[in-house]
Amino acid sequence: MSSPNGSPQTSSEQLKIVIVGHVDHGKSTFVGRLFHDTGSLPEGKLEQLQKVAARRGVPFEWANLMDALQSERDQNITIDTAQIWFRTQKRQYVIIDAPGHKEFLKNMITGAASAEAALLLIDAHEGVQENSRRHGYLLNLLGIRQIAVLVNKMDLEGYRAAKFNQIESEYRAWLRGINVEPKIFIPIAAKHGDNIAARSPNMSWWNGPTVVETLDEFHLTELPKNQPLRFPIQDVYRFDERRILAGRIESGSVKVGDRLIFAPTNKSSTVKTIERWHAPATDSASAGESIGITLAEQIFVARGAIAALESSPPFELSSFQARLFWLGKQPLTKGKTYKLKLATQEVECQIESIGKVIDASTLETVSRKQNELFVGRHEVAELTLHTRKPIAFDVHAEIIATGRFVIVDGLDVSGGGIIAADNYPRRTHDAATKSDHIYWSRGKVTSAQRELRNGHVGRVIWLTGLSSAGKSTIATELERELFNQGRHAYVLDGDNIRHGLGSNLGFAPKDRAENIRRVGEVAKLMADAGFICITAFISPYREDRDLARKLIPPGRFTEVFVNAPLEVCEQRDPKGLYAKARAKEIKEFTGISAPYETPLNPEIELRTDQMTVADCVVKILEYLQIQETETAISI
Amino acid sequence: MDYLEKLESQSIYILREAFNKFENLAMLWSIGKDSTVLLWLARKAFFGHVPFPLVHVDTTYKIDSMIQYRDQLVKDWKLQLVVGKNEEVLKSGVTYPNGKATRVECCGTLKKDALKHVLEKHHFTGVIVGVRRDEEPTRAKERYFSPRDKNMEWNVEDQPPELWDQFKTDFEKGAHIRIHPLLHWTELNVWEYIERENIPVIPLYFANGKGERYRSLGCAPCTFPIKSNARNVPEIIEELRHTKTPERSGRAQDKESEDAFEKLRRDGYM
Repeated sequence: MSSPNGSPQTSSEQLKIVIVGHVDHGKSTFVGRLFHDTGSLPEGKLEQLQKVAARRGVPFEWANLMDALQSERDQNITIDTAQIWFRTQKRQYVIIDAPGHKEFLKNMITGAASAEAALLLIDAHEGVQENSRRHGYLLNLLGIRQIAVLVNKMDLEGYRAAKFNQIESEYRAWLRGINVEPKIFIPIAAKHGDNIAARSPNMSWWNGPTVVETLDEFHLTELPKNQPLRFPIQDVYRFDERRILAGRIESGSVKVGDRLIFAPTNKSSTVKTIERWHAPATDSASAGESIGITLAEQIFVARGAIAALESSPPFELSSFQARLFWLGKQPLTKGKTYKLKLATQEVECQIESIGKVIDASTLETVSRKQNELFVGRHEVAELTLHTRKPIAFDVHAEIIATGRFVIVDGLDVSGGGIIAADNYPRRTHDAATKSDHIYWSRGKVTSAQRELRNGHVGRVIWLTGLSSAGKSTIATELERELFNQGRHAYVLDGDNIRHGLGSNLGFAPKDRAENIRRVGEVAKLMADAGFICITAFISPYREDRDLARKLIPPGRFTEVFVNAPLEVCEQRDPKGLYAKARAKEIKEFTGISAPYETPLNPEIELRTDQMTVADCVVKILEYLQIQETETAISI
Repeated sequence: MDYLEKLESQSIYILREAFNKFENLAMLWSIGKDSTVLLWLARKAFFGHVPFPLVHVDTTYKIDSMIQYRDQLVKDWKLQLVVGKNEEVLKSGVTYPNGKATRVECCGTLKKDALKHVLEKHHFTGVIVGVRRDEEPTRAKERYFSPRDKNMEWNVEDQPPELWDQFKTDFEKGAHIRIHPLLHWTELNVWEYIERENIPVIPLYFANGKGERYRSLGCAPCTFPIKSNARNVPEIIEELRHTKTPERSGRAQDKESEDAFEKLRRDGYM
């Protein structure tokens, strides 16, 4: 719940804390009391709830301050992570009431994943329970290092120091087994406010701090500005004629002039500008900032790439070790394909091998038969994951944001993990090693099967335009880019085709039509075989181009109008053809003595008199990427 | 980075995730301070542009100057506006002010149902909404990316886990996702940001000559001003630092019964 006036009274840094522990160990009561004792309750809230309780004929519960939803009041357990704000003399806190019921572990993880410190409650009467241990384990896995353990309900144990000491030594020993060292253990009775904001008169033997004093001792998490740069690309925008790579810097810093590599594609370029809107212009940015950058040399970069300095790149591999917790309704099983999300990368993955499955509340290895390897709900595992494509990552102990991931099963985020250290090889500069998975299929293989194997659909990219407009140049550059991305691409070039397949044809309209028909048929076969077939032909007649389009399945034919004004083409004239046409040495030359019918609705138009070759290639790649995303959604 | 910069950066990150993940994305704009801050953050995220339409659910009972302010900003900032109205119920006249419906029933048809209709009509699968956790108890339970089923219902007992800024972006056909980029802001943060960025807000928030101002804006028959002498943004900030009154204390529909608002939100209210 939020207490509307639990809003900060004055603004300052906020420390995010999470309250965890076994069900009924008093978390909500503790938070209600903490609010009351720090003077953070909204006016009339306490009285209102006391009145509601009186009307219903039930005793007033401090926990009701947090449990705002009807259904929660009925069950007396907190369903979900709720955030509220309060402040002490020192600073403001965002407090997350994480629930303790086992069924609700995903909410506890949601709450704890964003916390900087944790208070773990243990009921002095019930002692250390299953979720006391599981939560302790998960806090550690989630990377929370500032933990205070509150031994609650001391009133039920006569406020005896012996009971407190017994629980402290038992739980401390258990935490030591997972390398967790809590900052402190504090005896409290939340219901009565003992040792919350004020020292308890009932426990004169306690010389340590109160809960509020302990909170004030915790540190804010510092942004990892001094670590290696990791700038995951969220999206690429084309606004106001600029191509902006947008994202948030997860670690390190970047400045204009930095040479960046984009993992895992092995491309590099130089930062030209740092982009922000309605903010002072600067030429650098650091961890935590959501910014955009533009590049000096255009390269194809898409969402998922992680920009880093060349001197300290992330790993680029398709297999890594991880520690993982599983929340899914279905178990995580070997042989099934899942989606892995790491920073802005998304890639299909499978379990390569399971080291061991652990019960986080006992630390015992769950024994399973060899043929029943899976990770069940609420279990934790050490395993090796294999991704379909190489991904960029870091070891969690070194760089947090790119060292952790979640796993999506079907439509649901079902687990999360951190990448363990191992003897991973660093990247090589040999990009070609990634794109050598070339398969030949024989017999009854469907297009869909080919596409699944290739990782992309077969299609035709039809470049049309005047001679010297730049078709072949763009086609060959595009082919190389696609090849480097691991795709199967092939260029059918006008000149080359006329040497063989069309060698009996001239340049009269009828011959041109036949030439284009043949090219269209070949392109169709190549697309059917799963290739991205790039054609570079003047193809001056609309009717011919439309015929070619009709051969290809809808959405798989991309007409690209390579457009440069005739004067520009004539000036370029690398083969001297325009000169010959003007001199009437060549007859029926498109643009001079034969017509060129401009495309009416090309999918892409490239003004090659205004754009660089790299820009043109990037524009086509971006278009293809959108097409592929749409195809993926429709499947 | 100071705390406002951190809040801003997180919101920008969420907006960019939403824009990347949803083909048919829209932003709800209530004309209030929160959704106007959200609009500003969208311009931050997309370098001065707002690359999706804004949906205003018009109950026709809005305070007049809200519509004028809306139309002015649409013009000044070159926004794409979609207005949703429940014409049927408005024609039948079963609304609160004339007493034929309770306040909550009226919110249900003129706001919730009108929203459902406009989302269906335009096939929006992602809807950006400016709710905040500190506004009101049920909103405190929200996720940044919060699914609604095809009946627009919110399954609060079974929400997706949300960790490390990995959000729920896969969903069943017919369902949609509410995206809440301001979830982690407080009312005070919103005003501090308005001050820092000099964002234009509707003058109804400022005290009039009678010592009253609106703290939260809604329909005229159900929204009441609070007593206040805060005439400008710095004075509002100062006031909020000391208030102990809830933000939505002037919103009558929240108070019809103990759980009125909760029921409304489970059914798809924003």
